[in-house]
Amino acid sequence: MSGLFSDVLRRLRSNRGAMCALFVALGIVALTLAGPWFNPNGSQALDWSHVASQPALQSAHWFGTDRLGRDLFSRTLEGTRVSLAVGLLASAVSLLVGIGYGAVAGYVGGRTDHAMMRIIEILSGLPLIFFVIFLTVVLGRNEYILFLSIGAVGWLTMARIVRGQTLSIRRREFIEAAVASGAGTARIIAKHVIPNVIGPVIVYATLTVPQIIMFESFLSFLGLGIQEPHASLGTLIAEGAGEMEAAPWILLVPGGFLAVLLLSLNILGDGLRDALDSNER
Amino acid sequence: MNAELRDKAEMQPTLRIDDLCVSFAQGKAVVPAVRQVSISVAPGECVAVVGESGSGKTQLFMAAMGLLAGNAAVRGRVRFEGEDILGAAAPRLNLIRGAKLTMIFQDPMTSLTPHLKIGTQLAEVLVCHAGRSWSEARVAARRMLDRVGVPEAARRMSQYPHELSGGLRQRVMIAMSLLCGPKLVIADEPTTALDVTVQAQIIDLLRAMRREVGMALVLISHDLAVVAGLADTILVMYDGRVVERAQAADLFEHARHPYTAELLKCIPTLSGPRLQRLPTLAGQPPQPGESIQGCSFAPRCPRAAQRCRMERPVLEGAAADAAHRAACHFPLWP
Repeated sequence: MSGLFSDVLRRLRSNRGAMCALFVALGIVALTLAGPWFNPNGSQALDWSHVASQPALQSAHWFGTDRLGRDLFSRTLEGTRVSLAVGLLASAVSLLVGIGYGAVAGYVGGRTDHAMMRIIEILSGLPLIFFVIFLTVVLGRNEYILFLSIGAVGWLTMARIVRGQTLSIRRREFIEAAVASGAGTARIIAKHVIPNVIGPVIVYATLTVPQIIMFESFLSFLGLGIQEPHASLGTLIAEGAGEMEAAPWILLVPGGFLAVLLLSLNILGDGLRDALDSNER
Repeated sequence: MNAELRDKAEMQPTLRIDDLCVSFAQGKAVVPAVRQVSISVAPGECVAVVGESGSGKTQLFMAAMGLLAGNAAVRGRVRFEGEDILGAAAPRLNLIRGAKLTMIFQDPMTSLTPHLKIGTQLAEVLVCHAGRSWSEARVAARRMLDRVGVPEAARRMSQYPHELSGGLRQRVMIAMSLLCGPKLVIADEPTTALDVTVQAQIIDLLRAMRREVGMALVLISHDLAVVAGLADTILVMYDGRVVERAQAADLFEHARHPYTAELLKCIPTLSGPRLQRLPTLAGQPPQPGESIQGCSFAPRCPRAAQRCRMERPVLEGAAADAAHRAACHFPLWP
């Protein structure tokens, strides 16, 4: 694959917007991983002498504190880390399930395809939030369950995309040649179908990560996602929304992080699509 | 064909097709593509199947390979080395396909998987069928590339299909089809997508490989000129049926079926008087699904009589040579 990837990288590198977005996104990831070492305040430590204090660079609390005196910088970093992890893991779950499901449905075709697509339609007919609430109630409130349940509803679109791509290459000569060479169905799907549909799938996956981060924040904002004392960007924003008039920074800091993160991931996904889709040039 | 080859054919043919019918369901209509065709290919024999587009020549062998589209219905019997393979289960077929029975496709541009390196693609066949290790398979693949005349085989192994020219890709396809020591190679218009000089090279290569490997070869083509120097036996198909079957030399010397004769006239020659226009066959082949009571060539045939439109001729041997069979009431040569 080296030839393909170096080509994509070269095209991506010539896209300035996408490269900026990539650096911003990587910077945020690095900050969430390395941040705690630079900041003396723990994300759950209470500082009673600085309750709801304003952001100030000369104090110990760079981004201020919340109403309980917890350092907002540390909490925002933790929240970003959790949101990113949810986004990446849930995307990975939806990617794995979606690719497998879609490729099998598209390649095998016929009645199998019909049955599999009807299942997807039924599942996508269910209200998403209701489904996630249902799963978290049944399986318990736990970050990992959250990853799984978001991933469990996120794969539907992925499966549709993969199926569509598979249908478009299924009758191509090289698949026929593989059949004529005696390759079994499983081998053809794994070695000849999936690698050829991966381009649009990668693009969709990069655009899924911000969507899922958004969705997780939304759930947490409603109080269904990550629970105190842990934080995600959604819970921090919910908390800040209550203090909007008295202490706007409690809302603006995590809100700003979320906005910048989503923006850079979306621009990066767009850039990747341009880089991978050689037809559009 | 010499006497030895004929003996072999009587022993056990490599491929034997009996009364094969293929039809496609299109909506409510059933469109026949191949009608009651019987063919036998002896070990080491080269059989050419010639016909216009839509004559059913490709579908005939697609059926034998189990590669028909989902809306196809097949009847008849296909035996490969004595084993019934028509409608056999995919796992059983997969043991034969790609190993003993291989296929070379018309368009080498699209028949190679685009994201796999040539070497991986070739080696995979050996890993799958012969159970070789990847490193062994790679060595064997490189050697085969050398044999089919791919220059700088070692470098080509790590290239992607799009980096190779059409002729080279067809050589790679041929190498792939020969890797496991096949008993029969089916080449479906192997030169159609290539330009003329490369065509000649590929035909030469097929001839050389047949001599070296000794496999039987089925050559599907619409071009009599392409198969002329290579085939032992030629079958001419029209509208899903075999209309003439003969030794190559006999067919070119005195074609019995008017359709074959017309086809032969259409081959441009370098010697002889310069022609203003290339002769072409008047009229169109029957539409798929069109039912014709008598001989399906009658509407285009210069020799057609009342009888041809009423009664369908059967494949019959000539008086002088029973092996030269034609389906015509009024053959050019009795």
